[in-house]
Amino acid sequence: MDHTPPPFFKRGPAPLVRLFFFASLSLALLVIDARFRYAEGMRSWFALGAYPLQRAATAPIELAERISGYLSTQARLIEDNAELRAKALDYSRDAQRYQAAKAEAEELRRAIGAAELLDVRAVPAEVIYAGRDPYAQKLFIDRGATHGVRPGSPVADESGVVGQVTRVHALLSEVTLLTNPDQAIPVQVVRNGLRAVAFGGGASGMVELRFLSANAEIQNGDRLVTSGIDGTYPAGLPVASVVRIERDAEHTFARVLCKPAAGVDRGRYVLILSNELLRAPLPGEMQSGKDRRGEKSRRSKMKEAPSDKDADGTR
Amino acid sequence: MEPDRSQILLPVRASTIVASFVLALFLNFLPWRDLRLVPDFVALVLIFWCVRQPRLIGLGIAWTLGLFADAGNGVLLGQHALAYSLLAFLSIWLSRRILWFGIWLQALHVAAMLLAAHGVTLLVRLAAGDSFPGWPILVGPLAGAALWPVVTWLLLMPQRRSVREQAI
Repeated sequence: MDHTPPPFFKRGPAPLVRLFFFASLSLALLVIDARFRYAEGMRSWFALGAYPLQRAATAPIELAERISGYLSTQARLIEDNAELRAKALDYSRDAQRYQAAKAEAEELRRAIGAAELLDVRAVPAEVIYAGRDPYAQKLFIDRGATHGVRPGSPVADESGVVGQVTRVHALLSEVTLLTNPDQAIPVQVVRNGLRAVAFGGGASGMVELRFLSANAEIQNGDRLVTSGIDGTYPAGLPVASVVRIERDAEHTFARVLCKPAAGVDRGRYVLILSNELLRAPLPGEMQSGKDRRGEKSRRSKMKEAPSDKDADGTR
Repeated sequence: MEPDRSQILLPVRASTIVASFVLALFLNFLPWRDLRLVPDFVALVLIFWCVRQPRLIGLGIAWTLGLFADAGNGVLLGQHALAYSLLAFLSIWLSRRILWFGIWLQALHVAAMLLAAHGVTLLVRLAAGDSFPGWPILVGPLAGAALWPVVTWLLLMPQRRSVREQAI
């Protein structure tokens, strides 16, 4: 005779056992995700499941904006039009100047035998929402793997660098902002070419230059642009401007606080710049012949290769 | 007198539970200006169902919901899952006790549970190397507890019978 309780009393394992099971499962997932990044496949499935709700959640705001746009007065439209036309004229003049300057720069580069500067491709994207996570500075944009976004691409808006794509889902991607403490970007002072690395300042919305010696030649109001030496960000994009410098005799390094140039926490449209053509090949790749830079660089490399050998031979 | 003790409620429908969770996730995904000041609606609805229907809603559902919240918010996978499992455990454990109290004393229990879940999230984030987001982080759970009477009233609505039916 068996003495199992009737099914009415069957409730499965005790709640404490279940808590232990699910807590250890969560902790294991946390460690896997934080340390090894093995959970990305699982994450994309859940993100795809949450996507319709996320889109639906932004719909009321979009609707409100559309209605307010519909109701904007004619006078305002005329005013805007005039302003935009003036701006377009300004821009077209700049564009012409840019074309001329670009041609000239290319000629000069060719003359000194430097690698040809490659054009950067840009994909516009719309911000779905910003600042979801109070612990980290991130942004969600409506372009994902299906639109050809790659992790690591720099993201900019009309006034400067916003951040970098750090995670790509099927239909949307996450952008880590410049102000995130984990985000570093190599910069250069426009005035004197001083190179530095800018780190995010966290919730303060600022950017900080670290490891800059206390007597470094830097002033309030200095503009910082990307130096382009990391191969991730194209050179010359505005990043920030210096707002405060603290030089303390106790410390080896100066504390330099800068204000980001781009609307890091505002603005609705951003550009995703593709960076696959920017990166210079690493020494290992150069030897193995693994090539990511396409036809142009291959040609230039073939030109370079014999001269390298010659140099080795003479040594 | 408590309204739910004075009247007999209809049995809950699964569609009500699913719809309430979907609505809560939707509310969580709304583009709030400062997420620290906004209560976690999924956590609130989860506590409600765990307290009212501890045999239907358990830790498995809480954990899965947590994963959706993690993926949707782009945070470390497992962070909300851990917090929601703890929340489900606490509310199932305290379910008999909580229903004994009036609505505002229930809200006090809810506040304690929400703060505990938030504390777990905070610990996970600090361990992962993020900076402390400031004291406004406490506002969210307390606002959630203040919403408890509203949540109770709304979620019990489909289970209440009309006055005419009760008379029969």
